[in-house]
Amino acid sequence: MKSSKHAKGFWLSIVLAVIFSIVMQFLISGGTLNPFYVNTLFSIGINIILAVSLHLIIGITGQFSIGHAGFLAVGAYMSAIVTMKLALPFPVAILAAGMAAAVAGLVIGIPTLRLRGDYLAIATLGFGEIMRIVFLNIDYVGGASGMTVTHLTTWPWVIACVLMTIIVIVNFTNSTHGRACLSIRENEIAADAMGINTTYYKVMAFVIGAFFAGVAGALHAHNFYIIQPGNFGFLKSFDILILVVIGGLGSMSGSVFAAILLTIISTYLSNYPELRMVIYSLVLVVMMLFRPQGLMGTKEITAFLKMGKSAKGGSHDDGKHTTA
Amino acid sequence: MTANTPLLKVDKAGIRFGGLKAVSEVNLELQKGELVGLIGPNGAGKTTFFNLLTGVYVPTEGSISLDGEKLNGFAPYKITKKGISRTFQNIRLFSDLTVLDNVKIAYHSLAKHSIISSIFRLPSHFAGEREMEEKAIEFLKIFKLDNVLYEQAKNLPYGQQRRLEIARALAANPKLLLLDEPAAGMNPQETDELMNLIALIRERFDLTILLIEHDMNLVMGVCERIYVLDHGQLIADGTPEEIRNNPKVIEAYLGEEVS
Repeated sequence: MKSSKHAKGFWLSIVLAVIFSIVMQFLISGGTLNPFYVNTLFSIGINIILAVSLHLIIGITGQFSIGHAGFLAVGAYMSAIVTMKLALPFPVAILAAGMAAAVAGLVIGIPTLRLRGDYLAIATLGFGEIMRIVFLNIDYVGGASGMTVTHLTTWPWVIACVLMTIIVIVNFTNSTHGRACLSIRENEIAADAMGINTTYYKVMAFVIGAFFAGVAGALHAHNFYIIQPGNFGFLKSFDILILVVIGGLGSMSGSVFAAILLTIISTYLSNYPELRMVIYSLVLVVMMLFRPQGLMGTKEITAFLKMGKSAKGGSHDDGKHTTA
Repeated sequence: MTANTPLLKVDKAGIRFGGLKAVSEVNLELQKGELVGLIGPNGAGKTTFFNLLTGVYVPTEGSISLDGEKLNGFAPYKITKKGISRTFQNIRLFSDLTVLDNVKIAYHSLAKHSIISSIFRLPSHFAGEREMEEKAIEFLKIFKLDNVLYEQAKNLPYGQQRRLEIARALAANPKLLLLDEPAAGMNPQETDELMNLIALIRERFDLTILLIEHDMNLVMGVCERIYVLDHGQLIADGTPEEIRNNPKVIEAYLGEEVS
């Protein structure tokens, strides 16, 4: 009974999302939305993918990684090579970008995920910088001047990738595998003592997160006409980290809201270039002072929707608490 | 398994950290179904010994075997799967998760559905998750925790947290349960309830239990045999009566008699 209720909610959200994307598609192709808004919309989509994929690593599994821009770079360059050098279609590029980033995640994850806390943070930061330097020094991908890429990112691809990311990560989180990751965040020693292969799940979360960061890289590369190693420095990693923290560590819907909100704020602030970083930073400071747990705390949007119901229906739960 | 193969056999096991011998030359045997106590003054190496048994530390000498199978060098999660489960001296629950989820996590190694089936929500995912949930709820009823299923573990009163930790350890389906000071911080009434609970689960789950405890009432009351550890070495073993009158034990706890 419970699972059928789940399934209903699941299909309802899919239908809503599809309606939303079709409406947006008409607005875009009809010219109601000018290119500036369309571009903002794409940025929001890309940032949502990045935030949600990092949320799996930091918010769910509790592994403090700040090298996410490294995976973004791997995805961006891989996809650019596939479309520009190999002249293969865009979907192949998206998939290749995800795979390449996932492999990078695996190679980086296995040695570094033995580290904890600050040590892991430094190691992943190092990884991000290494990726940047590597691309800077490979002439095949243009070195410092970067690579020109044709504009192939369209709304259907963006929304499809966003939905895919969210569905995969929600489904992963709300399963015994997601609970294994949560238990690592909560108490690694106890997780180990409960028979959970902690290394396996840490690496798994890392690989899934990296895969979607790579997908975001493909969309990013084919949206901005040019990719340069400088776009993927550690500041980019921090931008993504900020989305997750502002959204609330452990809340996926929080990450989504933060990605939408902060992308809009920073887009509008680009009208005031001299004040942009000042205001942006002020927003972050004020946010941390008044709501240090982030926009959503550790709750999911579904928890708020359920509140009304459980007041009437007594203690029933949909298991989505787990994502908390 | 023949009747005289011990469930747990520890043969001259020990560990040194640099020059410090935290535990050395410990010999210990547990028969199936026994309830055995492990006592000793503070710093005697009791918890370190538990960490050796559960794979948190790898013994630098000697061997540990369960049902005749050597466990040396296995990762902690593998040892849990082999059948040794434990609770912790300082409670280590998954405190932000619900009571139900705490137990479900212990069932994880029994899960048959793969990551792929969960991501694509295949039928095996739903079947697996439903089975886990039903089992966990049934299980929590035994521990009278079924009225707080959706409560966060950190919000439970202390006694219930202890009970939940024991429940979680048992959900991992162990042959041997290690309890590290389960009565620490409990009042006499809670300790009594705990003694009943230990007796109950032992009968119900056909368990072998090794118990570290400072509460002598509890140890002497429920344990059939007792091992005494001091300065990392086993100084005595026997029935509670023998231990009570053993001069070495008295010395370890109270100091030497002045002559």
